[in-house]
Parts: sequence; structure tokens; C-alpha cells
Amino acid sequence: MERDGSMERDKGLNRRLFLRGAALLGCSAAAHPLMTTVTLAGSDGGQPLGDQRLIVVILRGAMDGLDVVRPVGDAEYAGYRPTLLAGPPGLDLDGYFALHPALGGLMPLWSAGELAFVHATSTPYRDKRSHFDGQNLLEAGTGLDVPAGSVKDGWLNRLLQVTPGVQVETAYAVGQEAVPLLAGPAAVRNWAPETELVLSPQAELLLEHIYHDDPLFQAAATEAIELTSEERGVAAGGMAADGAADGGVRLKSVAALADFAAARLRADTRIAAFSLSGWDTHRVQAGIIGKSLAKLETVILQMRDSLGPEVWGKTTLMAMTEFGRTARENGSGGTDHGTAGAMVLAGGAIRGGRVYGEWPGLGAGDLFEERDLRPTSDVRQWAAWAMRGLYGMERGVLEGVVFPGLQMGPDPRLIRV
Amino acid sequence: MTLDPTIAAFRFGYGLPVPQGAGAEPEAMLRALRGPDTVRARWPIVGMAEVLPLADAIRRLKTRAKEDAAALPLVAVAEADIEAMADAARRATLARAIDNPDSLRERLTAFWADHFTTVPRQRVEATLPYALVEDAIRPNLTGNFADLLTAVTLHPAMLTYLDQTQSVGPNSATGLRKGEGLNENLARELIELHTLGVGAGYQQDDVRQMAELLTGLGYNVRTGMFFDPKRAEPGAEVVLGQSYAGDGLTPIRAVLRDLSLRPETAAHIARKLAVHFVSDAPDAGLVAALEAAWTTSGGNLDQVYEALLRHPAAWAHEADKARQPFEFMVAALRALGITGADIGALSAKQMKRQLMWGLRDMGQVMKEARGPDGWAEAAEAWITPQGLAARISWAMQAPSLLMANLPEPLAMARAALGSRAGERLLWAVARAESLREGVGLVLASAEFNRR
Repeated sequence: MERDGSMERDKGLNRRLFLRGAALLGCSAAAHPLMTTVTLAGSDGGQPLGDQRLIVVILRGAMDGLDVVRPVGDAEYAGYRPTLLAGPPGLDLDGYFALHPALGGLMPLWSAGELAFVHATSTPYRDKRSHFDGQNLLEAGTGLDVPAGSVKDGWLNRLLQVTPGVQVETAYAVGQEAVPLLAGPAAVRNWAPETELVLSPQAELLLEHIYHDDPLFQAAATEAIELTSEERGVAAGGMAADGAADGGVRLKSVAALADFAAARLRADTRIAAFSLSGWDTHRVQAGIIGKSLAKLETVILQMRDSLGPEVWGKTTLMAMTEFGRTARENGSGGTDHGTAGAMVLAGGAIRGGRVYGEWPGLGAGDLFEERDLRPTSDVRQWAAWAMRGLYGMERGVLEGVVFPGLQMGPDPRLIRV
Repeated sequence: MTLDPTIAAFRFGYGLPVPQGAGAEPEAMLRALRGPDTVRARWPIVGMAEVLPLADAIRRLKTRAKEDAAALPLVAVAEADIEAMADAARRATLARAIDNPDSLRERLTAFWADHFTTVPRQRVEATLPYALVEDAIRPNLTGNFADLLTAVTLHPAMLTYLDQTQSVGPNSATGLRKGEGLNENLARELIELHTLGVGAGYQQDDVRQMAELLTGLGYNVRTGMFFDPKRAEPGAEVVLGQSYAGDGLTPIRAVLRDLSLRPETAAHIARKLAVHFVSDAPDAGLVAALEAAWTTSGGNLDQVYEALLRHPAAWAHEADKARQPFEFMVAALRALGITGADIGALSAKQMKRQLMWGLRDMGQVMKEARGPDGWAEAAEAWITPQGLAARISWAMQAPSLLMANLPEPLAMARAALGSRAGERLLWAVARAESLREGVGLVLASAEFNRR
């Protein structure tokens, strides 16, 4: 595979390419649905969602909330999980809950009030415990009052649909994997930072020439070239965190993903979404969840570092999963599909340093169907209150459009005011 | 009317150069379509007759493995057989599209496979969407829409994908005994996507009644499609004002026939065909002509296709659509001179890295549309920064990894673009630094990617 050493690429060339594009498009440029961020910057100073940034991470595979935010103060807990608790102890959070040691790097955020959790929360999904259906419900943001699959857009897309003045770059879906959460009629951008577009300078010039008369191809190619050359700059500059001994490459790639999203969020983007997989820990959970948590930790820390203190102060990251896992570990050192789980919140905009949600207990009569942590809240309530806190969304819109049929309940005051 | 053979190849086929024996005039294209489906024998793809015994064997092995761990490796072997069938089906689908001189048949097959999207959700289901094409779509491609709709609706791939097997009449014997109820998924999509279309004048109650009417229908790997009267909601159902009663499949067949003849269905699919083949904003006269052909023939698809091919707007020079990634890849392989036999001979690694990953990066994993509404049509949905970057990268790199001797780029440009090979593009291709980049420019060009 060819490497053209173009890390020091000629920025002027890109600039020329898109300036010519803008001139070609003339006055219709602003109306073109695929005009680039760069082209629109300056022509429109208004930010439809203001200054607050929202990052939603879908944890695919059902994260074991009981292992991540450990209810060590609950008398029943240790008995359910002899194998899983054999390793290093959790890190004390509030005297009742302890954090999984693989997230130890986040403790300074906890102390600074920039990290929080919601426990015993779930979507309205019950009983069947299928990843596919569970993620479908989580991302559609619907309840059980409408048939599964009948709502085809994601709740984060509906937030954009009800926000006037949204531009295509207001929201970004990041990564190779589809993010149905952001899919729908409101146009959003998609980019996978691992996309490679290695062109010789001559090939780039010739592409510019052949796309000259086709605005759609020209705009897309210009942006692709800009984004990939930016990526190479990041890789060369070593901004991405070095991974630990094992899984280093993976950590680098999630750090690159966070870096990419952060760069967009520093500019005109206000909402970013992506997914992290690797949570379906039916066997030897201790080893697997440690690696997945290391990725989540890298995403959060890299996001904080890349956004910088000012933007991080206006940022809310919510990581949510389709359901939790069984209270008892199974016979192979893992856990099976359950019901309620935990949500991770980070960012300078949140009121952190606490575990939100009502704790249902783990006693015999407390468990859902005698096996799972019982849900005491709906994940959509927390997301809705976050959007209300960040963007001042009307409660009626949140309960009627973004999450149709949701009862938001009392205000948990997740977001600093 | 003089018809441009380049337009025929781009709009109704898989591009230039066309395989030997292909026609470029409506008469020749229709004659081929009305003739036998010859590529099926040459590039076979499994139907349920082959899939079912293997799926059932996997079920039995899994049951056995619960008591006897020695059976576990056998499960893995049987699942690998399913994957091998799916791999063969992917290769055959590509090979048919590349080689079949009756390219319109392949494009229409792809259109209906998308209209009736199914997606595998487990390893054992990997071949189901291909079996749907073989068993239900290809045999009914040019007949009445009612027959196509019925064959698809009763096919295991659809019954599984849209959860019909989980739907039980709440007042049926099984429903009362187990406390199970309706799953409206298939009923809803049948009306909303497969026939009348979103926004047509149906109510939630029609969907519910339709769901009740479909109860009893399901699929399992022992018997294939089944109708179990113990799961069927008792009594008659009223869908769109018409009452359906009776036992077994009779009322289900009746409602499918009636849905296929509704004027909303004619309007919905006429427009969809025009959008898919001709333009994202199709000529109103073209849509009206297709709708009229549908209505007067009672949904005879052969008549509808003929109306499409004979309408002047179908031969307009504007190319405002983008080839979808699968179509782009087939056209590129044709332009490179890669044949179906070459695809059959690719190593597993080449197949995966050069073709399947290429499609994934361009946004179109085969048989994995995001939902039952299938792939997007609009050019803007495909020619995004991400999507175009993937096409450019593939165009620049994959050809030289797939073949030893690349074609001469200018000659390839003329052969692959016909009347669309413009001066600006030829000028640039002639100035490429290497054969590899010259070929890449042709395949990445807007002229090649639009139709």
C-alpha cells in the first residue's frame, strides 16, 4: 500500500479546491445540503444549540452496571459474585458504591465533580433480553406503547428535528459502525476517523479537475481530503494517547475517535454520537470488561484533554447500554443478559461526584424476576433532563416528540446551572 | 426516437462494456427478460430446500451439545457450512450481475430484493435473504405483483426478519394458554413499505386487524413456513374496509391479492421504480405511465417494465442519481474486464478485503440494510465525504490488488463510459502518473458514479 509521506501536505491545495467549489456554487452555496463546515463558517454565526456540547456513547453488548459501579454496601452483593470480586478491590466512591478498578484513571474527575453514574436504570424493554431489540429501543427512544421497529428515526435525530436552524455539521456520527440514535430526517454528518484517503499530489490535483463540474462530488471530496489530512496531522503529532501494553492499538484508535469528535465539537458541532462494543461478557468477564472499560476511560480522558478546559466545562457525555446483566455470576465467570444497569456521565457541565437513581436492593424479593437488578428509572428520563438542562428544551417536546410517551418525573438536576 | 446504448447500460444495466449478447433497445431487453432465467444454473444460489436441512441439523446439534459437550465442535462445523453457503451466494450474486447479458433482470432482482429487504440477525440466518431472492423473487419477477408479494410474505426470510413467528392471536388457543399476543411488525411493513406506502389512507386499526389476520403464520427450521391454527386469532378481520374470514392461508392470500390491486400500491411502486431507475425527482408523466400500466394490467410487472422502457423520460440524458456501492463495484469490475469466473476464483482473503470491506466502507454491506425500508436512493445519501472517500480509495487501490495487468486507462474510460467520456475527464486520465491512478480516476469520476 502506498504511503506518500504527505503529513506535511499542502494545505493551500485543499483551500484552493474548496474555494473554487464555493465560487462555482455561487449564491446557492449556503442552501446546499452538503456544503462543508469550513465553507459555512463565518457565513452564519448563530449556534442553534448554543454553547453546550452533548456526546452520547452507546455501549453495545449490555454493560454490567453491577460490576462497573459496585454496590459493595449491599449485603447481598459479594455473595452473588465470588469470582468477579476475586481481583483487585473497587475504588470507593461514596461509601456505598465502589468503582471498577479499570476506571481508576477517572477518579480525579469524580473528585472534581465531573463524573457521575446513574444506577438501576434501563429502557422500558423487559423479559426478552435480545441485544438487537434492546438497542433498537434504546436508540429509537420509544416505549412499549408502540410496536418495535415502527419508529425509524433515533431520539437524538428528533432533538435536531425540533431545533430550528440546525446545520448539517451540528451533529456528527463518528466511527465505522452505524449510529441509529442519530439517524433520521435531520441531516447529520458521518465520519470514521480510520478512513484512509492516501492520494499522490498529482492524483489529488487531477481529482480536483474531474470533479470541477459536479458540486456534490466536489464538496464531498474536498471535505474528505480535509478530514483525512487532519487525521494524519493528529497521528503524526502524537496527540493520541499511547495505549497500555495490551490492547494498545485499540486504545489508540478510540483515542483517535475521541480526538476527531473533540475537534468537531470545538468548532461548529454540538452533538456527537458513537458506539463502543465489547460488553457482552458471558465468559471470563474480569478480563474482558477490563479492556472495554479501558477504552471507555480513554475516550473520556482524551475527550477532556482534546476539548480543553473551556469546552469541557460545557460538555456532557452520557454513555448508555441496552440493558444490564444478571445479579449472580454464571458458571463461566461471566454474567448473562439482565435488565437494569448503569449509565456513565462525564463532563464539566454535569453535577458530578454522585451516584444518581434509587437503589432497589439486591435481596431475594428485590430482584426483577428473581435474577436481575430491578429498574427504578427509565434511561430516557435522564437523557431528557440532560437535554432540558443543556438546551432548555420544553418538557412537552421532550415527552411528546423526542421521547414520545415518556414521563420525565421530578428534576434530578443533572446539569449545573 | 434514437436511444443511447450508454444510457441503457447505465440506467437499466450494470454498466459498460455490456456482456456479449446484451441488447440495448427496449425490444431486445424485454425479449431477454421474458425468456428463461439462464444464469441461475450457471451461478447457483441456495434456496430454502438447501438451507432448511442444515439449519435443522444445527438446531439438533445444539440441543445435543447441552448434554454432550462433544457435539459442540459439530455445531461449529455446521455453522461454517452456512457461512460457506453465504459466501457462495455473495460471489454468485456478484458474478450474475457482472456476466448476465440480461442485466435488466439482475437490476430488477436487486430492486425487489431491496423493496422486500430482509437482514440476517444470527449466523444461522446468513443465507435467508439470498434464499428469498431465489425462491420468491426471481421466479415471480415478470408475473403479477400479487404472486410476488405472496411468495415473499410467506417466505421464511420475511417471517423471521419481521417477527411473524412471534405473533400469536391473543384469543387463540396458544395465546390464551401462554398469555402471548400480537407482534405487528410484518403487518405494518406489509402495508407501509411493501404495498400502500407511508402516508396512504390506512389506520392503526388496519395494521392491527392485518396482524390478527396473519396470526398462525410462522417459521421454524423443522418444517419451514407453517400455518398453525392454534395460534390464529379466531373470527374475521376487517382490513381497509374488507372483511376476511376462513381457515388457513386462504384469507391471507386474499388480503395480499387485494392489497396488490389497491390504487395506492400502484402509485407507491410506480414512483419507487421511477426513482430507482431514472431520477431522484422523476418526471411526472413517467410515474403516471407506470401507474397506468399497473392499473390496467392488474399489477402485471412485465407490462409495467415495458411502460418504463418505452417512456421517453426514461431515456433522458440527465444523470442525477448515484450508483449505489454494489452497482458501482459491479460496474467497476466489468470495466476492468473481471468476470464472474474471476470472482468465483478469488481467495477468501481477497473476497473479504477487496470486495466486502470495500462495500462496507462505501456504506453498503451486502444484505445488511439498516432497516426494512432498505437502502437510500438519493445521491446525497451516498456521495458523502465518507462514502466518496471510500470509493476513491477503492478505485485507486483495489484494481491492482485484484488483477495482475491493469487495462490502459484511456481505452478503459472510453469503453466504460461510452458517450459519457468527456474531454475534461480524458484530459485528466491521460495525465495520471501511473496506470493505477489512471484507472482509479476513471472509476472515481462523477461520470462513472452517476447514472
